[in-house]
Order: sequence, then C-alpha cells, then structure tokens
Amino acid sequence: MAKDSKVVLEAKGITKKFPGVLANDNINFDLREGEIHALLGENGAGKSTLMNILYGLYHPESGEVIVDGNQMQLNSSRDAIHHGIGMVHQHFMLIPVFTVTENIMLGAETDHRAVPNEIPLVKLDRKEVAQKVSDLSHQYGLDVDPEAIVGDLPVGIQQRVEIVKALYRKANILILDEPTAVLTPQEAEDLFRIMHDLTAKGVSIIFITHKLKEVLAVADRITVMRAGRVVGTTTPKESNEQKLASMMVGREVILTVQKKPAEPAEEILRVEDLRVRDVRGLEAVRGVSFSVYAGEVLGIAGVQGNGQTELAEALTGLRHIESGHFTLAGNDLTNKAPRLVTETGLAHIPEDRQRHGLVLSYTITDNMVLCDYYRPPFGKRGVIQQKELDANARKLIKEYDVRTPSPFVAAGKLSGGNQQKVIVARELSRPVKLVIASQPTRGLDVGSIEYIHKEIVAMRDRGVAVLLVSAELDEILSLSDRIAVMYRGEIVDTVNVKETTREQLGLRMAGVHEPA
Amino acid sequence: MQSQIQSSSPTKSLLRTVLDAMLIPFLAILTAVVLGGIIIVLVRGNPFLAYAGLIQGSFGSARALSETSVWATPYIFAGLAVALAFKGGLFNIGAEGQLALGAVATALIGYALPEWLGIDIPAIIHLPLAIIVGMAAGAFWAGIVGFLKAYTGGHEVINTIMMNYIALNSISFLLNGPMKDRDPNNVIARTPLIAESARMPVIFDGLRIHWGFVLALLAAFLVWWMLSKSTLGFEIRTVGLNPDAAKYAGVNVKRIIILTMALSGMLAGLAGALEVTGLNYRHELGFSIGYGFDAIAIALLGKSHPLGVVLAAILFAAMRNGATRMQFLTQLPVDLISMLQALILLFVAADAIIRYIYRIRVQSERVVLTRGWGG
Repeated sequence: MAKDSKVVLEAKGITKKFPGVLANDNINFDLREGEIHALLGENGAGKSTLMNILYGLYHPESGEVIVDGNQMQLNSSRDAIHHGIGMVHQHFMLIPVFTVTENIMLGAETDHRAVPNEIPLVKLDRKEVAQKVSDLSHQYGLDVDPEAIVGDLPVGIQQRVEIVKALYRKANILILDEPTAVLTPQEAEDLFRIMHDLTAKGVSIIFITHKLKEVLAVADRITVMRAGRVVGTTTPKESNEQKLASMMVGREVILTVQKKPAEPAEEILRVEDLRVRDVRGLEAVRGVSFSVYAGEVLGIAGVQGNGQTELAEALTGLRHIESGHFTLAGNDLTNKAPRLVTETGLAHIPEDRQRHGLVLSYTITDNMVLCDYYRPPFGKRGVIQQKELDANARKLIKEYDVRTPSPFVAAGKLSGGNQQKVIVARELSRPVKLVIASQPTRGLDVGSIEYIHKEIVAMRDRGVAVLLVSAELDEILSLSDRIAVMYRGEIVDTVNVKETTREQLGLRMAGVHEPA
Repeated sequence: MQSQIQSSSPTKSLLRTVLDAMLIPFLAILTAVVLGGIIIVLVRGNPFLAYAGLIQGSFGSARALSETSVWATPYIFAGLAVALAFKGGLFNIGAEGQLALGAVATALIGYALPEWLGIDIPAIIHLPLAIIVGMAAGAFWAGIVGFLKAYTGGHEVINTIMMNYIALNSISFLLNGPMKDRDPNNVIARTPLIAESARMPVIFDGLRIHWGFVLALLAAFLVWWMLSKSTLGFEIRTVGLNPDAAKYAGVNVKRIIILTMALSGMLAGLAGALEVTGLNYRHELGFSIGYGFDAIAIALLGKSHPLGVVLAAILFAAMRNGATRMQFLTQLPVDLISMLQALILLFVAADAIIRYIYRIRVQSERVVLTRGWGG
C-alpha cells in the first residue's frame, strides 16, 4: 500500500534483559506511514516485550526509539500517548459497568478549569465526548454506540471501543496485541476491514499475532521474531504459510496433519435429543443427536456461542441436562457426576484451560494427577503416594515434551502451550474410550499446535473415539473424519470431511441453507 | 517465556523453604517491636524495661511458661480452625461462637449427664464423651454455614457472623437461666462445675498448664498431615484454589465445602471443650474473650500453615500473658500490647510495606487467604 512513505516509528538496536532471559536482542524495527506491519512470532519470542518498550512501559538496556524522526525517551504510556502511539491490549482495559463514552473519557476527561491549580472537580462533559466518539466511529467505519454499557457489548465491539479510545487520544500509530485471539472468524474479518479503513486514512498499525493466515491476508509487511531476535522481514507476496512457520519455529513445520483413513468401529458415544441451558438460563443446546464411533474424530464446527460449549459441558457432567440423554460405551450417564463420567472412560481437554483444566498455583506434579489423585497408584486408603506422583510427573513431562526446568514448577508459570501439554498429557495418558477436546489449541503457538494435533490423531488410531469442538475451521478440517455443524443450538448438517469444502462449511456455520 | 520460569521448592532445602516463609512475619514483628519501642519512649517509658518485662512475664519462669501455654492452647485450636477454612477458600469468622458452643456443650455433658443417668460415669467414658460432644457442637454450628454456602451460595462471612450472634446470645440466656450454677451464693452467669470424671488429669501440681496444650500441638500436626498428605487435603486445597477445576476433576465441591466448615468448627469446638475439661471445669460467660477473633489474626500471621499457626499463637499468648509483668515493671498500660499486636498484623497484612522497608523482592506467589465477596 504505502511502500515508500516515510517512517513514523523506528526502533534501533533495542536490547532488553530480564533475569535469566534476553527478551530482546538488538532489535531493529520500523513502521511506515499508513501501513500494516505484522509482528509475527511464537509465544515468548519477545513481541510483547518490544511493544511494551515502544509503549513506554519497559525501558530497554540499550537502543533507541525514534518517533517522527525525533529520538524519544518514553518513560510511561502517557509519553507514548502524547507522541501519538495507542495500544490495544489482548486483555481489554475497559470498565464493564461504564458506558462507551465514560470508558473513552476515562483518564482523558475534558478539563474546563480556568485556573490550572483549581480543585479538579468539574462537571464531566459527557455530551461533547459522546459526539466525538460518534464522529470518530463514523469516520473510520467502527460503528460503536457511545451510550452502550461496555459489559453488554460483544467482545468484537469492545475491541472497537479500545480502538476508538486510542483514536480519541489522537493516536496515529496503533499497536494491536493479538487482536484476533478473542474474536470469532466473522469478527476478525470485520476487524481487518477496519484496519484497512484506518490505514487508508493515514493511521499506521503494528499487528502482533502468531496466526499465519491472518498475516498473509492483512499485512503490508511482516517481521518475524524468534527467541528475542528478528529473523527477517518479508511481504505476503514473497512468502507463504510454510515459509513463515519455518521462520517462526526455526525448523520445518508440518502444517497439514498426516493421517490415515479412519477405521470406525463400535459406537462409543451416543447422544439423543439433548437439551441444555446456558448460564443465563436460555436454551443453548436444542435437541441434538449424534454418535461418535471408536477410531474416528467427529468435529463440531460452529461459530463460538452456538451451543458447543454447553454441549461439551453437558457431556462431561459439568452442566445440567434438561432433557434427552447420552450414553458412553453403553452406560447412561445423563446428569451423572463428573467423576462417574471420567471413570467410565472420558478424557476431557476443557475449553478454558486455566479455569477448569489446571490449578495454576499447584505444581505440574499435582496437576498431572488432578483427576486421578484418589485412586491407586496415586492415592491409597486416603493417603497421597508422593513417590508415585513424582514418577508419574517425570514420565509424562518426558513423554509429552513439557518444557519446564522441574516438575515442581507451578503450572501458572508455564507458557500457554506447555500448560496445555500438561492437560493433554494428563488426559490422554489415562485408559479412556472417549476424548472430548474443546478448543484444544486456542491461543497456542505453531509448534504446540502441531504436537497436540499429532497426539489427538494418535488417540484416534489407537481406537479411541474423539469429539473435537473447535471454532477454528482449519483445525476441524484437518483433524476430523466427520463434521457436524452447530448453528443456534442445533446440528444443522453432518458431513464426511471428504465430501465438503471450507466454503460450504463456512456457509453452514453462518446458518445459510444450500439450495436443494 | 520458557527461560523466565523460576524453579522452586525441590532444589531448596526444607529449612530454606521454612525460613523463606517466616521471613515476612518475622520482619513484621521486628518492625512492630521497634515502632512500639518508639511509642513507649514517646510516653516517657523505658522500652528495654518494658520488653524485658514482657519476656520475663511470658517465658521467665515455670509459672510464666505454664500460663503462656494456657493462653496458647485455645489460640492454637482456633487459629487452626480459621487456617483450615482458609485453605478451603472459606473465611470462618465464627470461631468465637463455635468455641463457646463447644464449651457449653462439653460443660453440659460434664455436669448434667451423671445427674440425668443417675449414675457415676467412669472417667474413661465421661471425659472423651464430653470432649466429643463439644467438638460435634462446633462442627454442627459451622457445618450449617457450609451447607448454606454449598446449596444456596450464602456467603460464609455474613453467615458465620450471624451464627455468632445466635450462639453467643443463646449461651448468655442458658448461662443466666436453665444452665446457671444453682449454688445459692452464685451471682455469676456460669454453669455448675463438671464432675470429676469429666476433668482431665493435672500435669504438674500447682501449675495450670494442661493436656490441652499437648493436644493442640498434636492437632497442628494432624491438620498439617491431613492437608498435605491425604487425598481429602488435596480435595480441600483444590476447592480452595480453584473450585471450577475441582468440579472438573470430579471432586464433590458441595460436600467438601460443608466438610471443611465442619472440620473448622470442630477444631474451634475442641478449643472450648478443652478449656472446660482441662482448665476451668465449667463454662462462664466471661471465659471466652475473643479467642475466635484473635484466631483470624493468628491464622493470617501464621500464613495459614499449621506450624505458623502454632508459632503465631504462642507469640500472641506470650504477649497477653507477659503484659501484666510489663505493666508491673513500667506502669505502662496493658493496652500497649493490643497496639503492638495490631501493628504486627498491619505489617503482615500489608506486607508490601515490609518488602519496601527491607527491599525484599517478590519471589513466591502470595498466599491468597480467601476469595473476594461473592467469590
């Protein structure tokens, strides 16, 4: 787009050390006016550190930051904002009970004081700010209602509020930190459109991500980081997914899952006319029926919020079933306790690994027996057998390649990918008949995704039935043997993976019926 | 970030771990003592004399040691009660009521059961029975709160406070009415003396130290063992740290909440039972003087670890017990001790101050004592 326009932000020779780790090693990076410059790298590559330096939150040991040709001393985010740099964090910095306008004016309240040192008690001029918010929102096609309560808005819109907030502070450089991690595919598409609108109007964007497809779709230039260093800068034209993945990981990565044709055997999971309500008491699963057979992967495709979460929770005993029933290996487990379901032969990789899957302050050793602590060899007559726990942890850490200095490290201190590996190790190492994997690779880096996919296929090949719930269409397509599409709590279609296309599934997920 | 992960416990020796955990409380005590000293100087007292008196009065003689242990006994039990609940993610404010109820129940069995049955009960049955009934009373009282929490979501902080009111006022009624000592000379709200068969044997003639102190140390060990070595302890800690993960892991979260509260109340009830059977041989309205509330402070100072609770309880006991000697030597008011305790707790609770003063970097995760309101 703006190939030869001037450089608005430049980082030269940035080096930043943390105890025991060189987070940024002599980084050079520049951003041109009106471009989308993607910063690609795995978790822990040093992307966030670099951005925090650009945003004035960290101070580099050496190197300089140049904004609009002037060398800058950024001591705080206030300085960064002052120089026109705005940041949208992965976790939004919004107050849910405030309106959009209130959130945007927070910290940048219009000051009507005549005398500078007068008591800072002035009437908040909501109207004026609301007008500005509405103007900005129209100007950039953001479509944000200034009067809406932030907590009521969907995640995608909340993100736009963050963008308006930055624009309101007159930002012409936007840093978006993993902006698509929390979005549905449609919301992500909307965001990309907004990003293009913004750059067309002269805003420059740094787009931090680890998703290859997005980078190729939206970026003007791509800089790849690995282990604290810049590996290289390229453009979408000169690159492809395979090349980028290799640059990120530092070795050849197999992006497509290698698997043999499925050999489905006996029925393991049978679900009949299941109805489940969500947290708000609304019917989220509306009469769903399907079966999963030994040795196959059934993928549940669907945009987030179409009842998949509730379905998985109901089948694992975590959510009450209103009507209908399900059987696991012939045992009716409708509304039975989670423990009974587990003991009947379920492995569950939960959607929210930090909330359900792990106790973050427990050691890896303890987390590895979270579901099995009470039965031999780990628990005997009510007493924990520490030696067995230790041996188990050492074995699984090795087998499942969990990267940790020791088994006694708290799970919360591991990277997301390694946390997920702990859960996968625990769940898949048990003798089970059915695996329910919910969003098993959400937020993970390429290397971990590759690994977890391999493990899931290995389970299938061992004759285990796998129910895969994922919002990532690519994941569904590459792992599943059959695909069921969920839309508004119902299964609208079940197809063989060989007889469908990405486009077809996308339409079904959006609720569009094919012409007969 | 792979390499940022810090290795913890296994490489460190046990001693090192213990010392690390004790560092902040120790420095908090030190800082409070120095500040207290300055305050003593300001009111024209001699801080060295005052602290010497405090130590003499609490550890300086056999009698002083005995009295300190007498104070420490209910402190340890009640502190363990609060600490155990903390570990399960529950805030037991009601130890005071559970303790008093345990004492009354034990006293009732102690003085009335032989009358009801019309026989002398052998000590081997009467004493354990009296203690068990006291424990059961505390467990039942706290268990109600656990039940309300598990099945209605009623917050245990509110409910333990309300249960305190019910318990303490009912006891006041009982001690002034149906259970009042009928001795014609008695004007005090107290029960009759319990039968000899319900009393614990004296350890040393002439000293008030009783078997309750030994049992308190034993209880601390058992609580530690239960929490760290048993599957039940694993369940309690898991529910305390992450109830969602506990449910996922197949733990019956409701059952564990009720059980944790009941065990907590049982320890508090035991504190009351031992005060009656080992020390006072009756329950009197004025006997329970805020043990249950100090227990919250003791659990906090001891970082909810049973060993920490024992040490914190002994410290509190020593301060209470040595205060009289301090007053005798320096004419300083006993209230100074309450102030010193408050300062220590302030520094433990706001450990950021201590970390700032002594430039200690955060290395371990903070102990989260309880989840927030509605959590």
